[in-house]
Amino acid sequence: MVDRDRQTATVQARHVTLGLSDDDVLRMYHTLALARALDERMWVLQRAGLVPFVISGQGHEGAQVGVMWATDRARDWLVPFYRSLAACLAKGMSARDLMLGLFARAEDPSSGGRQMPAHWAHPRLKILSTSSPVGTQYLHAVGIAYAAKLRKTGEVCVTSVGEGGTSQGDWHEAMNFAGIHKLPVVFMVENNRYAISVPQRLQMAVDDVAVRAAGYGFPGVVVDGSDVLACYEAGREAVRRARAGEGPTLIEAKVERLTAHSSEDRQEKYRPTADVEAARSRDPLVVFKHYLEQVGLLDERRYTEIHAQIRAEVDDATAYAERAPWPDPATVTRHVYYEG
Amino acid sequence: MPELRLLDAIRQAMYEEMKRDERVVVLGEDVGPKGGVFGATDGFWAEFGEARVLDTPLAESTIVGAAIGMAANGLIPIAEIQFSDFIFPATNQIVSEAARMRYRSNGAFGCPIVIRAPYGGGVEVHGGLYHSQSIEAFFAHVPGLKVVAPSVPYDAKGLLKAAIRDPDPVLYLEHKRLYRAVRGEVPEDDYVVPIGPAVVRRPGTTLSLFAYGQMLHEALAVAAEMAGEGIDVEVVDLQTLRPLDVETILASVRKTNKALIVYEDNRFLGFGAEVAAIIAEEAFDALDGPVMRVAGLDVPAVPYADPLAAAFMPSRAKIADAVRRLATY
Ligand SMILES: Cc1ncc(C[n+]2csc(CCOP(=O)(O)OP(=O)(O)O)c2C)c(N)n1
Repeated sequence: MVDRDRQTATVQARHVTLGLSDDDVLRMYHTLALARALDERMWVLQRAGLVPFVISGQGHEGAQVGVMWATDRARDWLVPFYRSLAACLAKGMSARDLMLGLFARAEDPSSGGRQMPAHWAHPRLKILSTSSPVGTQYLHAVGIAYAAKLRKTGEVCVTSVGEGGTSQGDWHEAMNFAGIHKLPVVFMVENNRYAISVPQRLQMAVDDVAVRAAGYGFPGVVVDGSDVLACYEAGREAVRRARAGEGPTLIEAKVERLTAHSSEDRQEKYRPTADVEAARSRDPLVVFKHYLEQVGLLDERRYTEIHAQIRAEVDDATAYAERAPWPDPATVTRHVYYEG
Repeated sequence: MPELRLLDAIRQAMYEEMKRDERVVVLGEDVGPKGGVFGATDGFWAEFGEARVLDTPLAESTIVGAAIGMAANGLIPIAEIQFSDFIFPATNQIVSEAARMRYRSNGAFGCPIVIRAPYGGGVEVHGGLYHSQSIEAFFAHVPGLKVVAPSVPYDAKGLLKAAIRDPDPVLYLEHKRLYRAVRGEVPEDDYVVPIGPAVVRRPGTTLSLFAYGQMLHEALAVAAEMAGEGIDVEVVDLQTLRPLDVETILASVRKTNKALIVYEDNRFLGFGAEVAAIIAEEAFDALDGPVMRVAGLDVPAVPYADPLAAAFMPSRAKIADAVRRLATY
């Protein structure tokens, strides 16, 4: 039998060894749990017919929060994709911001209700506007990183995509360009093994997307996306390299998609039930909660406290967004071109 | 005032803007030490360095996609597409990304990039199917993108400067045949020609002829020839295709009561189709004849062999024939 104190000491060493304070990991947990709670609420709202569409980041939160925590969240850039909810929260978007996007309200900071939900943007937080075509954003991240290098701003740019998106030409073009110029960019692939219904084996002939980085002249690492601290560690090294002028890193986080692709999808048609159940056991929120319990940072009381706070935050955001005014139809022709 | 070729005017505009504002960068294939396959960036690499005059990989989506990111982070990129025929791999970045960035972010993010692309054909160009195409209609269709196609050196310089200083993405089309074929006076001082207005290059009373790029010169030649026959052709250079100067077009039609549009692209749904539709819709009461078009044939693109290329193009003879028919209608 393992000595319980010794086991605690060993695991505790993990976040401390990584240079993270107790407060850091608790805030990370809060972000993860808030992302999850918001996401779950979005599905409830969709099922209740209050919003037409939801696309989810459930299962991806650990990878996103881990890597984002390794960045300078005020100074660095995020070029997100539609599952980047937790990354956007980590970057500073509020629960209200996210709910306003879901309800497509005028005040939605991402697009003022012009785009579908989950097409994030926030200029002040340096979150670049996202479109729907998969994979295009990698090139924008590369351009941002090029400008950062030329202007010597010291900024790093993080971008992310699913493994299906790595089949796109733009993905390869961006990797190539960033490798050539040793750009300060962190490329993430959040690999949940499905592109809607198409499994990974029909997207690529390799097990790990990360091996492709070698073909573009920089390191690729595989990391367990359910392990927030492992993602943080990979992110920290990638950000260090980027900041030091050593160039890009590809981080492939093996994550789980805990929901259907979107509210328009029924994954029973293509995904075995066992697979969905197995995914639950790799839920990053559960894994992180266990870790915090083991190291004595999370007990029943604390857990209840945090989750009560999150619930209040989600309730507030939902009520706020639902009441918020729609965009004025008179604004439909605005912002096609610069208006001064 | 020095006489410059269109190509030199373009080069001068970029050179002066790079001098004036260090945020301006140039990127594209062979734009570095070679100075571009047409020489538009000749000498830039030595003067401004490889970071600001960037030879990109042979990847058009990269050129535009990276330019979008650069613009988001404080640079003003001029992206050169070596030949407009090869812009299609970048179409998604232009249409779905650059042109929509402002609208989709509710005005929060702009996309101040310029995409320069040599286009067009004709017997002298010897470009064949993939080095001669007119691509303007594809892109002029897209709200959020500005499309410019200058025809004379003075405006080419001023419009390019305007494009570089414009907060929106501008597709700047350069007709290959005009690079070295047209000359004109170009001031050495800083000036800007606003994007938008069309220019009446030759006033007239019998009918209005609308054209741009290389066809503007064909139109002017035909108009001069027709004067001898007592047909007084007004020639309007559209010059900016999006946003289109509808007022100038309608004013001209209301004056002459007849409209002919000449363009080098395929006739079907080419740019002239939109001009014709606007005239039919807005100035129907002023018309004394059908709105007519002379355009490229509806085959995929300009063929290589000289006789085939000539057959494709809206030649002076074809234009003159249309002018006569419309004048006597
Ligand atoms: C260019 C393009 N083609 C198709 C689609 C439709 N589509 C949206 S998401 C998606 C699957 C993406 O899978 P992946 O990149 O693995 O990310 P995941 O959704 O699994 O996180 C598809 C096919 C799209 N948005 N863009």
